[in-house]
Formats: sequence, structure tokens, C-alpha cells
Amino acid sequence: MSLEPAIILVTLAQILLALAMAFALARLLVGPRAQDRVLALDTMYINAMLLILTFGVAGGTRQFFEAALAIGMLGHVSTAAAAKFLLRGEVIE
Amino acid sequence: MTEFAAVLVFLGALVAFVGSLGLLRLPTFFERVHPPTMGSTVGTMLILAGSMLHFSVLESRLVLHEVLIAAFLTFSTPVTYLLLGRAALGRRPPN
Repeated sequence: MSLEPAIILVTLAQILLALAMAFALARLLVGPRAQDRVLALDTMYINAMLLILTFGVAGGTRQFFEAALAIGMLGHVSTAAAAKFLLRGEVIE
Repeated sequence: MTEFAAVLVFLGALVAFVGSLGLLRLPTFFERVHPPTMGSTVGTMLILAGSMLHFSVLESRLVLHEVLIAAFLTFSTPVTYLLLGRAALGRRPPN
């Protein structure tokens, strides 16, 4: 990231991802039913993972990769658990 | 090469942004299930490709760690949305 246009593009990407997280948060707060909120939470997880990957690209450090991997896995597990709860009323039967 | 990686990251962020905008704007739940998959498929793949390219150029060797995230998301995204769609189908309508 030593060249100027690349830094501008990655900063714009971070702003876009932060706006995407804000949209998902608005849907999480507004969402008329529970499944809308679960969907918005999953979208926020995905956008947060992408934002952390973008931080890694901007900083040139590899430590952000593990954080992104952990957030992706936890997002899948939490969304699947919430959807299972909505489906059956229990997570583990 | 670094500018190309930045363009890939920017395009991926743009796709994820459009997906979240659709999540906010569309009227019903079953329409709202579709847009976030843009961010979790195309957006993620573009950003991961940009990250792989950037670190491969930076460290002058092939860095493929991001394939882990790509493979995991390829399996987890359909499972998540399938469960959520089934849950939304089974729930009674409001009022």
C-alpha cells in the first residue's frame, strides 16, 4: 500500500462496508419480525468479517486473517442456532 | 499489482454495500433473504481475492490462507439461509 490511489480505494471500501453495517443495524432495529432480525445479524457478521479483512489489506499485517476466520465461523454458528430456535423452539433437542 | 488488489477489494465492498442496501429497502422477508447473499458470495470472494493478491505481492510468495474462509463460507451460507427460510416458513403470520 505504498501508492496513493490504492490507499484511497481501500479507504472507500472501508467506508462502504461501515455503511453496509449501519444499514444492517437499521434493519436489526426496525425489522418487524424475529427472522428479519436474525437475517440482519447474519449480514452484520458478514460485513464485519469483510471490514476486518479490509483492515488487514490496508495495514499489510496478517494478524487480521485469524480474526476474520473466527468471526465468520461464529456468525454461522450463532445464526444457525437462532434459526433452529425459531424453527423448533429449542436449539438442541 | 497492488492497485489491482485495491480495485478488487473496492468492488467487493461495493457489492456487499448494495446487498445491505437491499436488505434495508425491500418490503417482505422472503425478498429480503436474497440481497445479503450478494455480500456473502461475490463480495467475499472479491475481497478475499484482493487480499490473497495483496499479500502474495507483499511477501513475494504464494499466500493462500484466505481459501479457508472462502471454502467455509461456501458451505455455511446455504445452510444458514436454508435454516432461516424454513424457520420463516413455519412461523405463523402476525395477527
